[in-house]
Amino acid sequence: MSTKGKVHLPTGQEALEKKGWYGAHKYLVLRRLSQAFFLFLFLMGPWFGIWWVKGNLAGSETFGILPLNDPLILGQMMASGHWPESTALIGGLIVLVVYALIGGRVYCSWVCPINPITDSAHWLHDKLGIQKGWQPKRATRYWLLGAVFIVSALTGTIAWEVVNPVTMVHRGLVFGMGWVWGMVLTIFLFDLLVARRGWCGHVCPVGAFYSLVGVKSLLRVSAVRRDACDDCMDCYAVCPENQVISPALKGKGGATPLILSPDCTNCGRCIDVCAMDVFAFTHRFDSNVEASPDTGAAIVPSEKTAA
Amino acid sequence: MSAANKKRVDRRRFLTDSARMAAGCAVAGSLLAYVTRDARALPQQAIRPPGALAEDDFLAACIRCGLCVRDCPYDTLVLADLGQDGPATGTPFFTARDVPCEMCDDIPCVAACPTGALDKDLTDIEDARMGTAVLVDQENCLNFLGLRCDVCYRVCPMIDEAIALELRHNERSGHHAIFAPTVFAEACTGCGICEKKCVLPEPAIKVLPVRLARGEPADHYRKGWEEKDAKGAPVVEGIIDLPDRLPGPGTDNLAAPGGFEPGLGAVDGSAGGFQPTFTLPGGTGQ
Repeated sequence: MSTKGKVHLPTGQEALEKKGWYGAHKYLVLRRLSQAFFLFLFLMGPWFGIWWVKGNLAGSETFGILPLNDPLILGQMMASGHWPESTALIGGLIVLVVYALIGGRVYCSWVCPINPITDSAHWLHDKLGIQKGWQPKRATRYWLLGAVFIVSALTGTIAWEVVNPVTMVHRGLVFGMGWVWGMVLTIFLFDLLVARRGWCGHVCPVGAFYSLVGVKSLLRVSAVRRDACDDCMDCYAVCPENQVISPALKGKGGATPLILSPDCTNCGRCIDVCAMDVFAFTHRFDSNVEASPDTGAAIVPSEKTAA
Repeated sequence: MSAANKKRVDRRRFLTDSARMAAGCAVAGSLLAYVTRDARALPQQAIRPPGALAEDDFLAACIRCGLCVRDCPYDTLVLADLGQDGPATGTPFFTARDVPCEMCDDIPCVAACPTGALDKDLTDIEDARMGTAVLVDQENCLNFLGLRCDVCYRVCPMIDEAIALELRHNERSGHHAIFAPTVFAEACTGCGICEKKCVLPEPAIKVLPVRLARGEPADHYRKGWEEKDAKGAPVVEGIIDLPDRLPGPGTDNLAAPGGFEPGLGAVDGSAGGFQPTFTLPGGTGQ
């Protein structure tokens, strides 16, 4: 579908006018609230003495009974030759199952404390109009994930935890920062000046791991009203992993409108930013494509692309 | 481009990309390995919690979650801050001089550990071996100077077992005793209370990692006297027990080594006694 001779508006402008500020930022707001909520759970103890949740993202205990453990760390532990006790195994299994259902990278966009840092770096990157810089392949993180397991096995240590900014920043906030601010700044500058969307989009092996966890996840974004797409490209502009959009949005023929790539973080920004309300959260078995209200009739995608 | 040509180019690109990626990961992995090796150097003053596995195994097992820190009722344990504390970032330790381990009976830190980095086999805190106290500076220890400070001895939770006062002659004054605080490593848990309470500005007694505090006998060493006790007879058959040479002049007198002759009457006339085989200068002996 053509852009109908429209002038090019700033990203999200159209959605803003059509849906209002909250409508155009709903999932962004919810996501920030979620990030703050999960951080706050851990801070309630040290700040107010309410110890509902103890520990950090590497391992925690909620209400004195519920263990939660990072399965990536447990994986490295096993590679390095230590078999964890059942508490950690149960905790790791719970986390695995939850993210396998809701999408592994929901961890990245709704929980991880690094996300606000890289998101703000990207925001400034956009504002300043900086070149995208070094763009290593998206697959780099999977290679790095493999390297992390190999190094763990060879050195007999949980290797990634020596440098992992995710757990370091979280632990810093909950237990004491030390020089962690330096790490925060490094990641920010890396994403701002060295590589656009560099850390979360190309490098971080934690994200790669959770991608693999969520390969078959139930919760998915679907380009359910893709017939209404007016090619404004705003979703591509806001999506942190925009290679995942095309197969669903521009899928030819009977191609599923579901974004099935495990790289999708289920952040919901595409839903926010689309003035035509093309995207929606659904489950992976709902490959339904809704007819566009503009075209007035249910058009089979194959017919439409042929036209 | 023909299909075959395209396929060849694709294959070439795939191979180059893979090679580049593998090389990049080898570099990144080597750096990571270097950093993990570096992180193993545990500073001497950093003591791991009770039940901690040996340092190499500990770094394979500790997920740095801090649950042991949270459950420590005395706020003894802390997680190492990045770039500030010596131990691997985020791992738990304590500094005895700041807050020593109070040796809780229920060992809550070990109970809190979800992975077994703190070994649940430790059920009696007196079996903990966090380190070993060493009286590192006899020259400044008040007891060694002849005073009765005794603080390390008094505060030791394993008093008379891990630290005892051993009497010895005070050579300086000539007629006083020195109550030397003496650590028995077999019983010392390494809790660090002695180091914490030492009254000196810099403690004369310090808890050190066991590997620094102690030597280790070779596997094949046997203590003859223990073997003899166990056997009830000399270990080597048919050994001739030669008379011992004792200090002092006249020790070559095998009939009465050191001047002792059972047959001689004592000074007070009872059986057995001492008769020097030498004469003191300017005197007639005893």
